[in-house]
Amino acid sequence: MRHMQSHRLETNNGTSINRKKPVHFKFDRKEFTGFEGETLASALLAHGVHLVGRSFKYHRPRGIFGIGSEEPNALVRVIKGASAEPNLKATQIEIYDGLIAESQNRFPNLKFDILSINNLFSHFFPAGFYYKTFMWPSSFWMLYEKFIRRAAGLGKISKKHLEQNRYEHKYFHCELLIIGGGAAGLQAASIAAQTGVRVIIADEQHELGGWLLTDNNFNIDEKPALNWVRDTVEKLKSAPNVTCLNRTTVFANMDDNFTIMAERVTEHLSRPFAHLPKQRLWKIRATKIILATGAIERPLVFSGNDLPGIMLSSAIRSYIKRYDVLPGTRAIIFTNNDDAYFTALAIYEAGGFVRCIVDLRENPKSQIITTIRKLGINVKTGHAVIAAHGSRHISSVDIAAYDSEAQAPLSSISHMDCNLLAMSGGLNPVVHLHSQRKGKLIWDERTLCYRPDNRSDEWISVGSANGTFQLKKALNEATKKTTITISKLLKENKKSKIQKNNSVPNSEEKQQNWAPTPAWLIQSAQPHISNKTAFVDFQNDSTALDIKLAVREGFHSIEHVKRYTTTGMATDQGKTSNVNAIGILAGSLKKSIAQTGITTFRPPYTPTSLGVIAGRNIGNLFDPLRKTRIHSWHQSNGAKFEHVGQWARAWYYPQEGESFHQAVTREVYATRNYAGVLDASTLGKIEVKGPDSAEFLDRVYTNEFSNLAIGKAKYGLMLKEDGMVFDDGVTTRLAEDHFFMTTTTGGAAGVLGWLEELLQTEWRDLKVYLTSVTEQWSVASLSGPNSRAILEACLGKDNNIMHDFPFMTMKNSFINGIPARIFRISFTGEMAFEINVPARYGLALWSHLMQIGEEFKLTAYGTEAMHVLRAEKGFIIVGQETDGSVTPYDLGMNWIVSKKKSDFIGKRALERGSMDEPQRKQLVGLLTTDPQKVIPEGAHAVLNPNQEAPMEMLGHVSSSYYSPNLKHSIALALLKGGSNRKGQTVYIPMLDGQEPIEAKIVEPIFFDKKGDRLRG
Amino acid sequence: MLKIKCPYCGYRNESEFSCGGEAHIARPAVSNKITDSAFCEYLFMRENPKGVFLERWCHTSGCRRWFNIARDTVSHEIYEIYLMGNTPKTVKGKKAYQANWRRTSKAEAASKTPKRTKK
Ligand SMILES: [Zn+2]
Repeated sequence: MRHMQSHRLETNNGTSINRKKPVHFKFDRKEFTGFEGETLASALLAHGVHLVGRSFKYHRPRGIFGIGSEEPNALVRVIKGASAEPNLKATQIEIYDGLIAESQNRFPNLKFDILSINNLFSHFFPAGFYYKTFMWPSSFWMLYEKFIRRAAGLGKISKKHLEQNRYEHKYFHCELLIIGGGAAGLQAASIAAQTGVRVIIADEQHELGGWLLTDNNFNIDEKPALNWVRDTVEKLKSAPNVTCLNRTTVFANMDDNFTIMAERVTEHLSRPFAHLPKQRLWKIRATKIILATGAIERPLVFSGNDLPGIMLSSAIRSYIKRYDVLPGTRAIIFTNNDDAYFTALAIYEAGGFVRCIVDLRENPKSQIITTIRKLGINVKTGHAVIAAHGSRHISSVDIAAYDSEAQAPLSSISHMDCNLLAMSGGLNPVVHLHSQRKGKLIWDERTLCYRPDNRSDEWISVGSANGTFQLKKALNEATKKTTITISKLLKENKKSKIQKNNSVPNSEEKQQNWAPTPAWLIQSAQPHISNKTAFVDFQNDSTALDIKLAVREGFHSIEHVKRYTTTGMATDQGKTSNVNAIGILAGSLKKSIAQTGITTFRPPYTPTSLGVIAGRNIGNLFDPLRKTRIHSWHQSNGAKFEHVGQWARAWYYPQEGESFHQAVTREVYATRNYAGVLDASTLGKIEVKGPDSAEFLDRVYTNEFSNLAIGKAKYGLMLKEDGMVFDDGVTTRLAEDHFFMTTTTGGAAGVLGWLEELLQTEWRDLKVYLTSVTEQWSVASLSGPNSRAILEACLGKDNNIMHDFPFMTMKNSFINGIPARIFRISFTGEMAFEINVPARYGLALWSHLMQIGEEFKLTAYGTEAMHVLRAEKGFIIVGQETDGSVTPYDLGMNWIVSKKKSDFIGKRALERGSMDEPQRKQLVGLLTTDPQKVIPEGAHAVLNPNQEAPMEMLGHVSSSYYSPNLKHSIALALLKGGSNRKGQTVYIPMLDGQEPIEAKIVEPIFFDKKGDRLRG
Repeated sequence: MLKIKCPYCGYRNESEFSCGGEAHIARPAVSNKITDSAFCEYLFMRENPKGVFLERWCHTSGCRRWFNIARDTVSHEIYEIYLMGNTPKTVKGKKAYQANWRRTSKAEAASKTPKRTKK
C-alpha cells in the first residue's frame, strides 16, 4: 500500500522537484512516492513522516531537523543489491526508483524501542559517564564494551560493500577553487570565468544555487533571482576554463591549498552506468581558494527541543519553497532574529496556520516584521518557548515572557498546541575549511557568530561564510574579493591584467536586521529539571545540564568540555551545536564568548566513506606483488608461497599427501645428501662503481674490502651509526673500481637508500655511483654434495672454469648458451654455487638445471628449508636474530669487526663503555632435552621455571626448527650473558598450562662445525 | 600536504618526499677522540623546535636527491630550500643555524674527517 503525500502542497512552485516524474522508494519496508529532484527527507516529510531515528545514548525519538549536511538526526542505511551503506543523511540522499532505506539505531523498531528505557534512567548517563564508569575497574571494560557497542552502534555496513562498489581517485590542478555554489560562489565564478584562469566550482548539493533556491522572491540584475542563477550556471558550464561540480563535498583544506573532495557520481541513480564509479575522490592543488560555503542556522536550546516536528526555521522554509512540502500545518515560530519571519511568511503563503511567532527580542523592528504584523499573525516579543511537549511528535509548547540575560522566565506559563515548531537562533558561518588551515576565528558581537579573520590571501572567505549575511553585501564582497584575487593570480602568472571594475549585480531582496539577541539557553523556573532535556548536541545526546555539570566538576576549557561531554564530537562535527555549547559554557563561567574560545575544526567536513578514501587501492591493488622470473615454475610445481616484503617467495613444495613438516624435511634432507636448488632472485643486488668504491665499502662495512682481489667475494656486515647490525650480504669485486653487492631480500631498498644518503650528505667527496640491479638478475642457488657435478654437466664444453674455482670466488661463463656470473658462496654450509643470469633467462636456466640435475637427485627447496639449513649451521638472518639492538659482538662475530680500519659506520658506537656490559644479550644455541619438542619462536627463556610471576627473563628464542639431519630440535636464542652460559639449562615457560620446555645452552652451530663440507 | 620545490625537479607533493630530520649534524671522525657523552649527543640528541627548523629532505619518489629545507614547524611555511653542503642564506635560516647548540659542541669540533680511513 502506498502512502498519501498528505503534506505535499497543491501549488506547483517547488524549485527543485519535477512533478512530472514520480519516484517510488521504500523506507523501513513501507512504500512511498516522491518526485524527481528531492531528497529522502523531503519525500518522507511530504508523507507526514518526521520520526526517522532513535538517539545515540537515550534512544529518544528523533525527527528530520535540517535540510543538508548539518542534519544530526536523520541518519539512515541505504541498501543496493548486496551492499549496504550506513549513516547517510536523509537530507542528502536523492531519491531514485527502487531506493531502499532503513532507519538505524532502533531495536526492534522505530516506534517501540527497547533501549529507550535509557531515557527513563538518564541520570545514569551524565557528562563523563563513559569516563567515570569504564575507567575502573579496567577489567570491566570487556563486559561493558559489548553492551555499549550494541546500544550505541551507528549503523552496519555489509561485508560485500567493496565488491559491489567501485571508487576512484583523480588528481587535478586549478588556479581558483571556489567552494560553494550559492549567490557569492556563483558571482565569484562568473567573474573568474571571463578571465581565462582555470576554475573549479564545487557544491555539496545536486544543483548549484544555494539559498537562492529557497529565497528568490526578488530580482537580481533586473531578472527573477532564479533566472539569474540559471543563466549564471549555464554560462559557467559552457566556459571551457570552468569545471562545475555538483554533489561534491570539499571535506579537507590542507597545507598549500591542497584540497580533497568527494564527488557522488552515481549514488543517486537507480541504474548506475557501469563505467562510472560510485564516488570519486578529487585531490586538488589550487593556487587560490574562495570559500563561499555559506552559513548554517543554530537551533535554540530549551527543554524538549529534540522532539520530532521541531526543525530549523530555514530548513522548513526550504522544504516549502524547493519541494512543495509543508512539514506541519499548525506552526509556532521561535526566534531571536528576523530570518524566521520569512519562514512564517512561507508557511502562511503555503496555507499553513502560523499560531504564533515567539520572539526573544524586546522590541524588534524591520520591514519583514511589519509585513508579518500586517497579515495579522500573532507576534509575542520578549517571550520564549520554555518547553516543548509530545510523545513521538511535538503537540504543544509552554510560552512565557523571558529575560534572556538572566536566563529565567518572567511570567507564568501559557500553553499552546501545535504540530510544527520552527526555531532560529542565528547563523553560524561555515568556517570549517578556514579553521582546518589554522585560520583564526573572530567573535562578532553584532551578528553573534564566529567569522574568519581573513589573514591569508591563499584562501579567502566571502558571503555568509564570512559573516556577510545580507545578499546585496555578499554579492558586493564576492565581486571585490574575487577581482583582487584574480589580479594577484594573473600578476603571479605574468598574464594580462583583469578589468578592475566588475559590476556588482543589483539584488532587490527584502531588508532585514541581522543582529540577533543572545539566547544560548532557555530555562524554566526549575533549570535543573528543564536543562536535563535541553539538547545541545542532538547526535551525541548531550544537554545543557551536561555542560553545567562539566563546569561544576572543574572542566573550564572548551577543549576539555567538548571531550568530557562529547558535544560536537559526533559525525556532524557540531555543525549546529558548537556555538550554543560555547554560549552556555561562557554563561556558566561568567565569561564572554570571545574569552571562552572555540575548538579547532579538523577534516573531514562531513563523514567520508572509507571506500572513496581507499579508491582502487584495495585487494590485489593494495600493494604491488613482486614475482621472480621463475615464479611460474614454482606455481606449476605446487609451491606454497610466503611474502617477504613485497616478494612472493616459494616457501616449500609439498608433494601429493605431504604435510608442511614432511615436505620441508624432504627438501632439507635432499640438499644435504644430494643437491638442492633455491630461487634466490629476490636477494638485493647493488652495483657499486667509481674510483672511490673500495674506500666507500671500507667505510660502510665493519670488515675490509679494499684488500679484496678482483674476482673474489667476501661476506660483509653493515652497522648503523649506533653500532647495531643493519644488514649483511656477500660483495664481490668485479674490477678495480667495480663491486657487486648483495643485501637481504627485505633490506634491499633500505640499504640502497642508506648508502645513497651517506654519499649525498656525509661523503660528498667520494666518487661512487650506486645502481639497484635486483630485478636485472635471476639467481639459482645450487647447493649440496652433487652441486659441483651438476654445474659441470650444465656448463658442458665451458666447464674448464671448474678446474680452479675456490670458495668465495666468482667466474663468468655460459650455461646452455646463457651468459652467467657464477659465485661459489654458501648459505647452507654445503658446497654451493649462486648462478646469476640476466633476469629474462631465469626460467630457462632453472628448467635446464632441473633437467640436468634429475640424474643427480636435484630437488627444488623453498625458503623454509633454507632457514633450517642455515640454522643448522648457525648462520644468522638479519631481522630474525637481530632487531636493531644487536651488535656484531652480541652475535659472536668479533672476527668480522676490523681492528685495522681507523673508521667505519658504527665503529665509535661499538667503543662505548656500555658495549662491554656482560649482561648484554648474546647469541647462543639451544638443544631441547626432548629432541622432538620444537620451541615456539619468540618464546622467552628463564633459569628457574618455578619462580613467581613476573619471572626474570633471560632472553628470547629467535629461530627454532626441527633439524632432519640431526634428528633433533634446534634453536638460536639471544640470552643475557649468553656466551658465558654454555652448558647451563634453561626453561621456556609455555602458555595455556603446558609444562615448560627444558633446553641446554650450546654453541650456536649444530652441523659440520669444522666446515669441511662447505670447502669440499 | 605541503608543496615542496625539489631543487632538481621543481614543485612536487609532499608525499613524494621523505623527511630525514635535523640537518647540519656533523659526524665526528673516530680518530678525533671524544667522550662517550659528547658522542652520544651526536648520536641521539635531536632538536624539536617550535618555529624555524633546518631539516634534510629526500625526493624519495622522484630524483632521490637529498637537500635542505628551512621550515617553520608551526605554520609549515618553507623559508628556504638549499643544497647539501651549503648553509642557509635567509635571515631566519641563518639565525636558526647559528642558534643551534651543535655549533659549539665537541662532536662538531671533532668532525673534520681525516682524508682516508686505511692506516
Ligand atoms: Zn627531485
